[in-house]
Amino acid sequence: MIINHPLLGPRDAQEFVYLGDARLIGRPDGMDEGAAQAFHDHVFLRDNPAGEHRELWFHEQGDRSWLVVTRNTVTHEITKVELARDVARALGRSK
Amino acid sequence: MSQSNRIPGGLIDRSGTLSFTFDGRSYQGHPGDTLASGLLANGVRLMGRSFKYHRPRGPISAGSDEPNALVELRTGARQEPNTRATVAELFDGLSAQSQNRWPSLAFDALAINDRLSPFFAAGFYYKTFMWPAAFWEKVYEPIIRRAAGLGSLSRLPDPDVYDKGFLHCDILVIGAGPSGLAAALTAGRSGARVILADEDFRMGGRLTAETQGVGGLSGADWTAQALAELSGLPNVRLMTRTTVVGAFDHGIYGAVERVSDHVPVPAEGKPRQILWRIYARRAILAAGATERMIAFEDNDRPGIMLAGAVRAYANRWGVAAGRRVAVFTNNDDGLRTAADLRAKGLEIAAVIDSRKGEEVTGSAGRLGLRSIKVRDGSGRTRTVECDALAVSGGWNPNLHLTSHHRGRPVWDEAIAAFVPGPGGPAGLLPAGAAAGHLTTHGALKTGAKAAAAALADLGHKAAAFDLPEAEDAPVSITPKWHVPGKGRAWVDPQNDVTVKDVKLAHQEGFRSVEHLKRYTTLGMATDQGKAGNVLGLAVMAEMTGQSIPETGTTIYRPPYTPVAMGALAGRSREKDFKPTRLTPSHKWAAEQGAVFVEVGMWLRAQWFPKPGETHWRQSVDREVLATRASAGICDVTTLGKIDIQGKDAGAFLNRVYANTFATLPVGKVRYGLMLREDGIVMDDGTTARLAEDEWVMTTTTANAVPVFRHLEFCRQCLWPDMDVQLISTTEAWAQFSVAGPNARRLLEKVVDQDISDAAFPYMACANITVCGGLRARLFRISFSGELAYEIAVPTRYGDAMIRALMKAGEEFDAVAYGTEALGVMRVEKGHVAGNELNGQSTALNMGLGKMVSKKKDAIGMVLSQREGMVAKDGLRLVGVKPVDPSQPLTAGSHFIAMGKPATAAHDDGWLTSVVYSPHLGHSIALGYLKDGSARMGERLRTVNLLKKTEVEVEIVSPHFIDPEGERLRA
Amino acid sequence: MRYSGLRVIREALTGHRGWTPVWRDPAPQASYDYVIVGGGGHGLATAYYLAKEFRQARIAVLEKGYLGGGNVGRNTTIIRSNYLLDGNEPFYEFSMKLWEGMEQDFNYNAMVSQRGIINLFHTDAARDAATRRGNAMILHGADADILDREQVRAMYPFLNFDNARFPIKGALMQRRGGTARHDAVAWGYARGADLRGVDLIQNCEVTGMRIEAGRILGVETTRGFIGAKKVGVAVAGSSSRVMAHAGMRLPIESHVLQAFVSEGLKPLIDGVMTFGAGHFYVSQSDKGGLVFGGDIDGYNSYAQRGNLPVIEDVAEGGMALMPMIGRARLLRTWGGVMDMSMDGSPIIDKTHVEGLYFNGGWCYGGFKATPASGWCFAHLLATDRPHETGTAFRFDRFMRGLAIDEKGQGPTPNLH
Repeated sequence: MIINHPLLGPRDAQEFVYLGDARLIGRPDGMDEGAAQAFHDHVFLRDNPAGEHRELWFHEQGDRSWLVVTRNTVTHEITKVELARDVARALGRSK
Repeated sequence: MSQSNRIPGGLIDRSGTLSFTFDGRSYQGHPGDTLASGLLANGVRLMGRSFKYHRPRGPISAGSDEPNALVELRTGARQEPNTRATVAELFDGLSAQSQNRWPSLAFDALAINDRLSPFFAAGFYYKTFMWPAAFWEKVYEPIIRRAAGLGSLSRLPDPDVYDKGFLHCDILVIGAGPSGLAAALTAGRSGARVILADEDFRMGGRLTAETQGVGGLSGADWTAQALAELSGLPNVRLMTRTTVVGAFDHGIYGAVERVSDHVPVPAEGKPRQILWRIYARRAILAAGATERMIAFEDNDRPGIMLAGAVRAYANRWGVAAGRRVAVFTNNDDGLRTAADLRAKGLEIAAVIDSRKGEEVTGSAGRLGLRSIKVRDGSGRTRTVECDALAVSGGWNPNLHLTSHHRGRPVWDEAIAAFVPGPGGPAGLLPAGAAAGHLTTHGALKTGAKAAAAALADLGHKAAAFDLPEAEDAPVSITPKWHVPGKGRAWVDPQNDVTVKDVKLAHQEGFRSVEHLKRYTTLGMATDQGKAGNVLGLAVMAEMTGQSIPETGTTIYRPPYTPVAMGALAGRSREKDFKPTRLTPSHKWAAEQGAVFVEVGMWLRAQWFPKPGETHWRQSVDREVLATRASAGICDVTTLGKIDIQGKDAGAFLNRVYANTFATLPVGKVRYGLMLREDGIVMDDGTTARLAEDEWVMTTTTANAVPVFRHLEFCRQCLWPDMDVQLISTTEAWAQFSVAGPNARRLLEKVVDQDISDAAFPYMACANITVCGGLRARLFRISFSGELAYEIAVPTRYGDAMIRALMKAGEEFDAVAYGTEALGVMRVEKGHVAGNELNGQSTALNMGLGKMVSKKKDAIGMVLSQREGMVAKDGLRLVGVKPVDPSQPLTAGSHFIAMGKPATAAHDDGWLTSVVYSPHLGHSIALGYLKDGSARMGERLRTVNLLKKTEVEVEIVSPHFIDPEGERLRA
Repeated sequence: MRYSGLRVIREALTGHRGWTPVWRDPAPQASYDYVIVGGGGHGLATAYYLAKEFRQARIAVLEKGYLGGGNVGRNTTIIRSNYLLDGNEPFYEFSMKLWEGMEQDFNYNAMVSQRGIINLFHTDAARDAATRRGNAMILHGADADILDREQVRAMYPFLNFDNARFPIKGALMQRRGGTARHDAVAWGYARGADLRGVDLIQNCEVTGMRIEAGRILGVETTRGFIGAKKVGVAVAGSSSRVMAHAGMRLPIESHVLQAFVSEGLKPLIDGVMTFGAGHFYVSQSDKGGLVFGGDIDGYNSYAQRGNLPVIEDVAEGGMALMPMIGRARLLRTWGGVMDMSMDGSPIIDKTHVEGLYFNGGWCYGGFKATPASGWCFAHLLATDRPHETGTAFRFDRFMRGLAIDEKGQGPTPNLH
């Protein structure tokens, strides 16, 4: 596979390490009420769709960017690649 | 008998003569021959035996689809089983042996199977060999296994070298027949970067095998002209002997170039083969088509061949498949074989055209065809003497790559074959015969058109391609799949799948294509169904009364043709299997005669034997005792090192470590415990605060990479606005542990600063200089339990540093110690390491439960508090010593209470790490024991049922030495 | 029809006219007591044991494609019970015992062959771990041996002992491990279930679930609504898709695992072998092909196909372990969709919907589990209690902190 890195252009997917569902960005607050349930759902449950999937890839043999790749899990077609940091900020994550 | 079947003409080089042997007999051929054409020229038709019935077999094809003529090529360590004689390029001295026969090819004892064939119908083995139960492994299966298999491996290491390479292009053209050449010319002339790859050693595809010309030239001449032009274009790369074997995601193709298979031994410095990974923006599949057989009784005798192959042997190789040849066809293409052979002066015994109601109903000849039985339209049967039969049942487009992404082909009634369907790999355009355009004109036209389409996609303007004149006769096929009859008619020749087997599968309900394949083994042979899949499907369709597409389709998986494992592995073998990382002191350690050990990718010194030491324990005991008595030095560079800087670094560490870090003063080091988000311990190590916003984290050797990746995840994905920067500096700093009561005195000779206990107390750290100005980092931390420091210098000074330290240590009799002594001292001190940090253990298990702060939201805190992970009687880290000090312990032994049986119900845990403590004079261990902290002083058994040993032990504190930590604060 | 050697001989002499279809091709009825979704190995085994051992009736198996077409038809055929953890080992040992009596039980030769499996190790730490595991196996009543380097050499002299990047130090061996003919396992269970009245319905895809007041009433399918008192789902890589019909998110990701077979070769490797320093395991089929595999591709996929890097990675492991195979040829690659769970261990459990049961999360180890999985799932469906060897395979283990993590990799499915 080829991942079109937003900063570096097309790179072989072999340069990357895969983590999984981009929802892992949405880490709950551990000090909240009901954090146990929230963390259980966050850490262990997945949508696992057959189709479009937003997922995290780390450019380990490259610039160390975490990317959010939108990829179809049936065809493997990649339609979008974003810096995970931008995605995280757009989700309201900060410090 | 010298080339008795060689006839004039062809593209071989008759000025050269090549000698070769088959089954020990010598023959001669010419450059340009394949092993098959060379043997056929010498009148040898019998080249192999079938898999199940051991039927005598000769080649049916002239290409990579060959199912029958498989041989063991070469001898010794270079022996290659299952090599298709039809693609093995002849070279002088070639040696080949027939395979899967005993004692000889002409007389094969297991041909008895053919006589017993009624008992060996499809799937018979599922219905028998069940009683008595133990007989399967002991009796039946060994017999089956010995009889099965095709060729054999030498069992010796492959002596050849394989390479891997990467290529990029705009357009990859797969196949250099008329459509591929037209595509390459169109694309090449337009300036696009083109790769033209062909599996053959001579480009041209069917143009090398046909007599019809192109644009007024012979096919071979037109090909030569096209290749001359292409080789003059700097943007075109021509690759012969290169098979594109797979279409992978996003325009990546795998291709194997057989660089040296046509020479006896690869030339100096040359690989045998190269695996190319080709990144193509567009690809054109111009792989041609494969002819198929018509099934009739005994249609598998040597001498019965595909009509196009007979033509190719005559036209390309100047070889007559027989002296009296009959033709059996259901389409006009088969008639060309008769015409071409006649023109060569060969006798045509009969032309049997099924469209006229004629058919071949049988054949005779034990080791090669002697005659066929023919039934004419009126039902009369006659015998026709002939030594070759050319059969054409139509052509199947080589659409394989279009189904590598599981796209299904579609049925084309006009040519009675499957053609590429939708859902093929993006950017792959089929053209020519591979797309179902079976005429030369059609191939040229669609090849050029596909190239034009690809160029347009890429924004190139297509150059003109004046379509040369070429034949364009319709295929005019009337499908004829099999000739009904009582005998066996082969569908998949290698695996001996017959029409009867397909019928039996139908009768027993195995009617879906997949069930048919799996039950009968249709399509599972080395040709992967090229010979029989469509035919088998057609027979099944006849049984079910449905059309072929209603019955099913058949798709193909990579590789297109079988690929040598060596090519896929490339250079990653033996010592080069994985990269080797050397520590900065490696050269010095090697000079000392160190024994090295693999630690992940690293090689580390395991111990340093001294003259007179004959057992590793002597060396390790000495290193431990010397360190504890005075001083020892160990290269600890392999530990992961991560520089962490920025205003928010402290806050960041507070979140990634379970314990508190933000409060750590400048100049201090703290032990940190890192959890995974599920609450299990991920790693441990120390982090030092060298300045207000400058921190250095260490990780375990094994987790250096994953921890860094995890921290980047936290930084970029969880807290993107934190002011934190990370960089891995594992390779940037050479780091040495200096341990022992004289460690300070030793270091004082090297460092430029005051490191007295007052100035540099336990857990201090600083940026310092050594040896009069070289920048360095010093940490007063201890893994051994001794007064100890870790000193880091830029890696390029690592070699000099170890030499300086050892020199400084001479007066203290300082020793170098390796990973074994390191392990002994850490167990004596009760520190956890890899065997305890096993990804299954909690902080509580390790006795570090109190380190997990619940006052802050750190990674893993929440889930570490789940009920199953905080059980009061859960596993706890304990120390273990044998009651009888002379008894050695074994890591991996399990704890069983005294007097209880060794069963899972009484399994109380296990020994994680065992060492011999020279300090204590006996074996000691760490272990995880159920409710361990409440069981100090208890006696238990540790059992090793694998060796049937057990040792009575006492549970003690894991801190075997200096439990109060006086030494390290000294 | 009973299969036997005698019967094969009689049919051979009479033109094979007497063989009848191995299973019926029934139309679905309006409702059943039990609907098993998924006609792969686990679904078919479940139906078989429900009918045979638990004496249940009115059972249907719904298969969206053809019987045995899932992972049971595309694996590397290994059977073993060499697990470490208490939650797993009794279950896999139960499975091994069922393998040992399987062919006589269902009257079909699945070619269960206990030629032994060895797990090579290459470091002292790996030897310690193998010792721990081997002892755990024996404590649970399984068999295990530890071999030193020379014992391994005697068994497989052609391995790379003398010039390896990661030298072989020994192996953990389970002599009762081995292989079975994967398709025949599915067919044997299917035939046995059919004989006991189970309706095996092919080309019938479940497209929805009818759930009212927290109770399942049946499933919507491409062949219409089929009512059911109890629905058991055993669909491996499709688990998330099917269970989404009940509104569930699972602790599962679907990943592609490739597997490989070489051209047929004369006998080289008698048993099963796993390389401990790379991603490679291998056995040789009775036909002569080397059947081998390695790691999953590592990204979520439902594509049943993989990519080149993993093919190369596996070949590299093979060459590192046995440099003779350079001259053997890779014949075919294929991919299966694995239901990778969050701790690498399976789930056989009830759900929050009454009457809806789930069996999945087998990762790439489902084949060896087939008999016990079927038995335990049948036990749960019939009795509403887990079988004694499968009590740990619950959904709530993640909430309760009772993960069964053999490899210690945590909730990152592609690392298991």
